[in-house]
Parts: sequence; structure tokens; C-alpha cells
Amino acid sequence: MAVKIMIPTPLRAYVEKKDSVELQAGTVGEALAALTSQFAELRKHLYADDGRLRSFVNVYLNDEDIRYLQKDKTQVNDGDTISIVPSIAGGATR
Amino acid sequence: MATKTVSPVSAPAGGEVTLSKEEILRYSRHLIMPEVGMEGQLKLKRARVLLVGTGGLGAPLGLYLAAAGVGTLGIVDFDKVDFTNLQRQVAFGTSDVGRPKIEAAAERLGNLNPEIQIKSYETQLTSENALEIFRDYDIIVDGTDNFPTRYLVNDACVLLGKPNVYGSIFRFEGQASIFGYPDGPCYRCLYPEPPPPGLVPSCAEGGVLGVLPGIIGSIQAMETLKLILKTGEPLVGRLLLFDALGMKFRELKLRKNPDCPVCGTNPSITKLIDYAEFCGIRGEEAPAPQTSVPEITPRDLKARLDRGDDLYILDVREPHEYQICNIGGHLIPLGDLSRRVNELDSAREIVAHCRSGKRSAEAAEFLRKAGFKKIWNLKGGILAWSDEVDSSVPKY
Repeated sequence: MAVKIMIPTPLRAYVEKKDSVELQAGTVGEALAALTSQFAELRKHLYADDGRLRSFVNVYLNDEDIRYLQKDKTQVNDGDTISIVPSIAGGATR
Repeated sequence: MATKTVSPVSAPAGGEVTLSKEEILRYSRHLIMPEVGMEGQLKLKRARVLLVGTGGLGAPLGLYLAAAGVGTLGIVDFDKVDFTNLQRQVAFGTSDVGRPKIEAAAERLGNLNPEIQIKSYETQLTSENALEIFRDYDIIVDGTDNFPTRYLVNDACVLLGKPNVYGSIFRFEGQASIFGYPDGPCYRCLYPEPPPPGLVPSCAEGGVLGVLPGIIGSIQAMETLKLILKTGEPLVGRLLLFDALGMKFRELKLRKNPDCPVCGTNPSITKLIDYAEFCGIRGEEAPAPQTSVPEITPRDLKARLDRGDDLYILDVREPHEYQICNIGGHLIPLGDLSRRVNELDSAREIVAHCRSGKRSAEAAEFLRKAGFKKIWNLKGGILAWSDEVDSSVPKY
């Protein structure tokens, strides 16, 4: 399935400054694996050492949090959008 | 904690709240809207809203909520206005630089609307004072700029059952939502834990386009008014994402997490905790990265350069920072260092520097591990160089 992954500003530095990446995958987990194999630097920002998605990074399939779907195993359809949404702190950077 | 009340106002104890002739004129554009009307305007007058932070988000929040006639506006901040604030913190003027933000903000808001009561808390919000301060307010608006205070605001709101109007920004991107609403999710449902300090984007990637806090803060102000007026669809259970570059708003579903440590069915957090520790930070600043690389002060570096010592100055900042100012170093951004390490001569003495010394400490540590023996980190970076050696180098 062709899916689009939306890359948030803080992580664009690791994906050649792209705001989205399109790739082929059957599940959300496969899509993220394909993304992090294409852009290895991104991996440590998305996954903790134990291989789990970091707790300050949420992943959405379209507008739904994958934690409330089948997580990594959530199936994707052609044209779906996956969003990576990390927490941001700013109000201003001092 | 200095609590000061500017222009104490009417609201006779136990008596009915009414609008004066002056207030009716002032709020006429509200009063002629059936969605607000006299009833709504009186709701606004009776409302008590606390703004945590008077910076980028706090400026539009304070200005619009004061202008709209929110009767009691509390403001919490402990900072002073500095020149770098003025690019986006539009409640302040150049003549406010050096003043406590709380003082400048209270004056500005009081001048905008003398009919309202402004309560100033010139203090850092802490686990010790948050519940006491929050107790007197109906709605808390989160205009903070750091994770420890954000989690503190969230937890205090959940514990007290008060709505938390959330906004956050980064460079070109913003988020907004309402947490702590009855049966709605809280910030920890969205993000159970903050990022470890090392993974927070460095100052090279930081910054914020000045209008962005104006947009997100205005959205927070709008949601606050809607909560008070009980009108429309509040931004509850929805995370609004704003991308200024693409000029796109998107909305994601937010669910209340039954396992949430603070608002879940079996909460493990039942009182406020140490948020600096929770966020892996001790004190104000993130700890300097553990490094065994020796530091050199700007003065010592200057002395050695004047003596004619052969030193290779390595600037690990970004090209756009180099354009702001430089001290003649060779530019290799930290992110490119591993790829371009062969450009460096390990036989020479190298002094690495960045803006404040954090990135260059990382760079120096990397080089030491790569086998470089004669490597120094410039203590305090180019900022300290400007302070101690050459004040003509601009600070940023």
C-alpha cells in the first residue's frame, strides 16, 4: 500500500529536511521500519533502546492514535497518512 | 511570593455582578452578539482565569482575555523582559527591557482594561505553590515553555478538576487542546513522559517564527472564552496541529487513557511530584553532557592566540549561525562532524566552540573518542567570548 508519513519539524533534520515521505507498507510498523531503514539517524529519535516507540512520540494513522488501534500491527490502506507527533515544549525558547 | 492586586474592582461580596455604563460601551461589540449578550458578558466578568507564563503565548492570551473583559486575570511569571523577547512577546515594549515581566504585563493589561482585576504572582510555579495558586481560578491556561512546568500544570489541573487550555509551539509548528475537562483526556494521556533532555532539539534547531505564538495563543484565548461562555464545540478530545509553513490545520483524535498515571482509573500520581527530576533535569538548565574533554576559557584562548600558538578553531554551529557572527573558526556543523572528521588534523591542537558550549562539548567528546588527543572545548561558547574578550561580537 502507498502511504504518506508526515514528518514533524523537530525530526525533519534526519530525513533530508522533507516534510513527508511516501513509501510502500502493509502495516504502520512496516512503514516506520521502512522509514528508519531509509533514514537511520531517525531511529533513535523514534525508538528507545528496548525497541519500543518512545513515550513522547505518538503515531497516528489518519486521525487515530495507533495505541488505540492495533499499534504497530495496524493495517494501512492505499492513500493513508501516518503522522509522527512528538511532544514540543516551546512557548518560547529562552 | 509577591502577590499584588492592580485596580481592585467591584464584584460586591455576595452581591450581583452588573456592568457599568462604561463597561456596556466598552463591550458593546460583544453585547450585540446573541451568543454573548449581557448574560455572556457577565459570565466573562465573573470568570477567573490564570495564565501560566507571560511570554510568547501569554502575550496574545493576556491581551485578548483582558480586552474581552475576563473579570479576574491571574498571571504567573518570574522572568525579566529581555531584548530577545520583543520579537514575539508583543505585550512588552522596548522600554520594558529589564523589568519583571509580571510588572510590565500587569501594567499593559491594566491599561488595556482598567475594569478587570489583575492578580500578579511573581514566582516560579512549583509543586509547593501550584495548588494554592490554582485554587482561586476556574480555568488555567498553559503558556509555559518547558516540560517540567507543563507536566506540573497538567497534574495540578487534574488533581483540582480544572480545565487546562494547552498550547505549545516549535519553530513553525504549534499544538493546542483542552485538557482536564470532565471525562476528557489530560496531557499525560497524550504524552505519558517527556523527552529525555539529550533528545530535545538543540539551540541550533530551536527558535520560533514570531507570529506563531500569536496564532496559537489566540486559539487558546478563543477556547478560554468559549469555555466561559459555554458556547460552541470546545477543543476537548482533539489535538489541533498547526503548520505555519504549509498554512495547514489538522486535527487528531485524543482519547482519555484508562491507564493514565494521573487521570486514569487507578492513578499512581495522587499529589504533585518533583517535575525537574521527572523530566531528568536538575535545576534550571539541562546538565552539561558528561565529558572528559578539558575546557578553555575565552580569556585563556585569546592569550594563547595572541602568543601565536598554533590552534585550530573548530566552529560546530550551523551555517546560518556563522552568518550572524563568528570568530574566524572553521565551520563544520555538529551534525556533519562524523562525515567530515577527515578534514581535521589530529596532530594539531583543536579548540571546538559553538554558541554556548553544549554542542561543542558533544563535538569534542566525539573527537576524543575518535582518537583526537589535543582537543579543547571553549567554555561558554561564542556568548562567553563576546562577554570576556570581544564585545563587538553580537550575542544571539
